[in-house]
Amino acid sequence: MHHIEIRNVTLVYDTPNGRVPGVRGVSFATAPSEFLCIVGPSGCGKTTLLNIIAGFLAPAEGEIRIGGKAVTGYGLDRGIVFQDFAQLFPWRTALGNVAFGLEMKGVPKAEREAIALEQLRLVKLEKFAGAYPHHLSGGMQQRVAIARALAYNPAVLLMDEPFAALDALTRDEMQRLLAEVWRATRKTVVYVTHNVAEAVYLADRVIVMTPHPGTIKAEVPIRLPRPRDPLSVEFLDYQKQLLRHLTQKEEAR
Amino acid sequence: MKAILSILAAAAVYEVVARGGWFAAALVPTLPAVARTLWAMLADGTMAGHALSTLYRVFAGLALAASFGLVLGFLMARSRAVERFFLPLVSVLMPIPSLAWAPVFILWFGLGDTATVLVVFYAASFPMILNTWTGARAVNPLWLRAAGAMGARGAELFWKVIVPATSPFVITGLRLAFQRAWIAVVGAEMLAASDFGLGWVIFDAKEFLNADVMLASLAVIGAIGFAFERLAFGALERATVMRWGMVRAAKA
Repeated sequence: MHHIEIRNVTLVYDTPNGRVPGVRGVSFATAPSEFLCIVGPSGCGKTTLLNIIAGFLAPAEGEIRIGGKAVTGYGLDRGIVFQDFAQLFPWRTALGNVAFGLEMKGVPKAEREAIALEQLRLVKLEKFAGAYPHHLSGGMQQRVAIARALAYNPAVLLMDEPFAALDALTRDEMQRLLAEVWRATRKTVVYVTHNVAEAVYLADRVIVMTPHPGTIKAEVPIRLPRPRDPLSVEFLDYQKQLLRHLTQKEEAR
Repeated sequence: MKAILSILAAAAVYEVVARGGWFAAALVPTLPAVARTLWAMLADGTMAGHALSTLYRVFAGLALAASFGLVLGFLMARSRAVERFFLPLVSVLMPIPSLAWAPVFILWFGLGDTATVLVVFYAASFPMILNTWTGARAVNPLWLRAAGAMGARGAELFWKVIVPATSPFVITGLRLAFQRAWIAVVGAEMLAASDFGLGWVIFDAKEFLNADVMLASLAVIGAIGFAFERLAFGALERATVMRWGMVRAAKA
C-alpha cells in the first residue's frame, strides 16, 4: 500500500527567456511511515516537487495522491517545514506558533495549548514556550517550526532543507533530534536536501534528482540500522554511491 | 537626557537674543516672562481648556483618518480594481496642503469643530492609506504559505496573520498621521475655530501683541506633540513590534 503517490508529474515555469521545465515526468511512491529523502543539486526541481506535493504549485500534468485521495491545493493532511527561519510568526510566542494550526481547526484554547506544549516537549523546547521567535537561535526556531507542523497531526511531513542554514554542529544535533521525533511519531516524511550525508543519516530511501529538466536519476534504499553511525564504512559507501549518481550527470553533459 | 540638553541650548540662545535689547520686549519676551504667562494660564485652567479642545479635534480627525486609511489601504492591497481606482485619486489629492481645504470646509460647514476635524482628517489620511497599503503588500510570503498550509482562510488569515504582519507599517503610519494631524489642527484652528483651541489662542493673541501668550501656547503645542510621539507611540511600539523583534531599537 502506498501513502503518497506521485504519478508522472510535470511542471513548466514561464520565464522571460521562455518556458523552462521545472520537473518532468516524475513518479514515485512512499510506504506509510517511510522517511524519503530527495537529493539533488540546486535547480534540480526538488523544492518545486515538494511545493507541488504541498499544494503551493499546481502541476501541468500528473497527479498527487495521499492515502489514495487525489490532492489539489494545500490542506491540513500535510505539515510543512521550510528552510527559512523567518517562517515562524514573530508576533506569536513559540507556543502560539505551535498552536496556530489547531486554532484554525477550532480546537479550544486550553486543549490546543496542552497539545502545543506536548509538541514543544517532543523537540525539547518546553522551557521556551513563552519566548518570541527572535529570542530563539536558528536551530531552536527550526525545532519550533517542526513542532508547529506536527501539532495538528498531519499524515505527512514535508521538509524543505530545514537545516541547510544552520552551522554543522547544530545540524548534526538537529538530525539526531529529527530521527527521534520521526521514530516517536511515525509520520511519512518527504525531506528535500542537497546534503548527501544528511540523506543517508535520515532516510529509508533516497531519490536522486538531476536538473534540466528535473528528473529522477536513481533510487537508493538505505539499509542501515538506526541510530546510524556516520563514520561507519557502510555509511560512507552509501554516501559515495549517491555522490556517484550526482556527478555522473555532470560528466555526461 | 540628550533631548533636554539640546532644548536647554536652544533656550539659552533665545534668552540672549531676548535680553540683547535688539527687539522690543513686548515682541520678544524673555523666557521667565513667557513662563509666568504659561503658569498663569495653566493655573486658571484656560490653557487646559484650549489644549483639550485641540486634542479633541485632533483625535476625532485622527480616528476617522485611521479607520478610513486602514480600510482603504487593506482594500487597495487586496483588490487590483480598488487599487487602480483609488491610487490616482491619492496621488492627486495628497500634494494639496490640508490647510488649503480649510476655507472650503468653512464655506461648507461653517466655523467650528466640523471644518477643523475635516482638515485634520485630510492631513492624517494619506500616511495611513499609503503605509497600510505598502505594509499589506510587504507581508512575508512565507507566513502566508505557512498559515495557508495550516488552514488559515479569509477572515482568520486577515486578522491573525495579515494584520499583525502589517503592524510595523501601520504603527509608523499612525505616527506620521499624528504628526501631520497635530500640525494641521493648529493651522486649521487659526482659520476655522472660534474662541477655543491652541491655534486660535495664538491667532487671537496677535491682535493684542501678546507675544508671551503665543510663545506659551507654542510651548504647550510642542510639549503635547513630544509627549505623544515619545510616550504614546513609543509605548505602542515597545508593546508590539519591538517586543516581537519585527522592529529593533537602533544600536547605541
